[in-house]
Amino acid sequence: MDDEPYAPPSAGPPGLPSAPPPVIATRGLTKRYRGGQLAVDGLDLTVPAGSVFGFLGPNGSGKTTTIRMLMGLIEPTSGTVSVLGRPMPRATQAVLPEVGALIEGPALYGFLSGRDNLLRYDAADPTADPRTRRPRVGAALDRVGLGAAAGKKARAYSLGMKQRLAIAAALLQPRRLLVLDEPTNGLDPQGMREIRGLVRALASDGTTVFLSSHLLDEIEQVCTHAAVMARGRLLTQGAMADLAAGARGRLAVTTPDTADAARVLKEQGVTDLTVTGDRVSGEPPARDPAEINAALVAAGVRVRGFAVERASLEDAFVALTGEGFDVAG
Amino acid sequence: MSQADAPVPVPVPASGPVAEPPPPRRPRPLWSLGLLRSELFTTLRRWRTLALLAVLAAVPVLVGIAVRVQTSDGGSDGDGGNGPAFIAQITNNGLFLVFTALAATLPFFLPLVVGVIAGDAVAGEAGAGTLRYLLVAPAGRTRLLLTKYATVLAFCLLATLVVAVTALIVGALLFPLGDLMTISGTRITFADGLLRALLIALVVAASLVGISALGLFVSTLTNSGIAAMATTVGLLITVQILDQIPQLHAIQPYLFSHYWLSFADLMREPVYWDDLVKNLALQGGYAVVFGTAAWARFTTKDITA
Repeated sequence: MDDEPYAPPSAGPPGLPSAPPPVIATRGLTKRYRGGQLAVDGLDLTVPAGSVFGFLGPNGSGKTTTIRMLMGLIEPTSGTVSVLGRPMPRATQAVLPEVGALIEGPALYGFLSGRDNLLRYDAADPTADPRTRRPRVGAALDRVGLGAAAGKKARAYSLGMKQRLAIAAALLQPRRLLVLDEPTNGLDPQGMREIRGLVRALASDGTTVFLSSHLLDEIEQVCTHAAVMARGRLLTQGAMADLAAGARGRLAVTTPDTADAARVLKEQGVTDLTVTGDRVSGEPPARDPAEINAALVAAGVRVRGFAVERASLEDAFVALTGEGFDVAG
Repeated sequence: MSQADAPVPVPVPASGPVAEPPPPRRPRPLWSLGLLRSELFTTLRRWRTLALLAVLAAVPVLVGIAVRVQTSDGGSDGDGGNGPAFIAQITNNGLFLVFTALAATLPFFLPLVVGVIAGDAVAGEAGAGTLRYLLVAPAGRTRLLLTKYATVLAFCLLATLVVAVTALIVGALLFPLGDLMTISGTRITFADGLLRALLIALVVAASLVGISALGLFVSTLTNSGIAAMATTVGLLITVQILDQIPQLHAIQPYLFSHYWLSFADLMREPVYWDDLVKNLALQGGYAVVFGTAAWARFTTKDITA
């Protein structure tokens, strides 16, 4: 990697000269709406190529405004946006054919069938070959599991089906970047699992996925990187492992003998112990948890469950902001 | 426009591992027209569009039946003094129903229908949220606007032809056809009359170019299709009223509806061109001014819906 002679000038983090240029890079990105409301404030976002990038923030934190600026729908008040190495919104016509996007929920022509909706969106792309339109639409429909319902009027679709159809529209072409704004909204647990599977499959094809969500859980399950926004500002961004490292996991033991368990755990160096019902939890020491379990069993504590709960992004978020994950006021 | 050198299209999204990203696809002029086809198809698939066309088709049917019923009552030619132009001649020649129907629908029904379609063109997509998906497709703002305007203009022609063709059919069914008299009193053959009817239909369609551009501009100002339609129709009514107030004669030549009924001059022998030309020039002026305004607005607008 170091001997690559023509490494492109990277706009990415310094110290990584051979890393491919980021797929999305914003510098000082700011949007102030006409009413004077500051929706996005000095955003410096860097989305590495090939990542599944979680874009987190409560509702109203400026995620959607940011996404709209990335897609060239909204002109930034100041700052710059580059997507796939080209400036936005100036290069929309060159960049967007390689970007699939789901923005703020599905929007469909209710009086057209699902298939006709996709045919229309595909016709809007001047780089889309009309000769391959029907097979591509069919493949996209199959990919989101709508093959059987393709002939139904979109008006008759459930919210989950509409969501799938909008995702299918993002998959009409091979894309280098997929922007999915709240992709699992309106889906049942099975549908959510399918979308996560789809995201993983796309990512393994080399597509960079930019996934916005207010569901921490969803981001944790699929993302390699994440950024957290609140009140229009970027609180943090980076690899998931680095983000969650700030908050350590907790050890949780389920047992009928809570008193004994708490005593043994304390001896083993577990701090911040709390007992709720048949559950004892605390901050584990930096040792192999297996030894702690062995000590519990040796002390005659009947253990029903023993787990180190990974630090959640929520913990990281709370540690970061000192507040809950609520809608910004 | 040569497509022979096109890179081999990738037929379906790749599902296996991809070593190299495919080369960027390039837009092709011919493929760009796919959006226009899609737009026409989408507009005509709306039941609202079909309902509006049905209303337009009903006008000549009603006029034809009314004239027929009235004359079969015994009153030979009716009184002929009131009503739209040419109505008195329908009983003699069914072709006049075409002129009557166009004269009856041009002041209000036709521009109303066009105003609804034009007003809804951009604002309706914005209201439904489909505008953002068209733009990230990426349709291109200028291309989308041009496509919308072309569709509205095609609709103007279609709406006018619906009126004219329905009138011709009804006229042929209810009344005799044959040679006819021009306004100047000369006689022309039925074939010549038919040609003039077609010419008149084209001029009537062209008379709607101005309100189409106005409606499209209004449509770029709001995210509500209903608001844009109502505003456009409101402007139509306002302009029609202003055109009736004698004290405002100084501005009247600039109102888009001022020369609308000049199409009747095509029925003179020889044709009296002055007002026809003024009408077409005025419509062109509206198209340029409001088309440019719509473009300036739409290409710089934040799409927040």
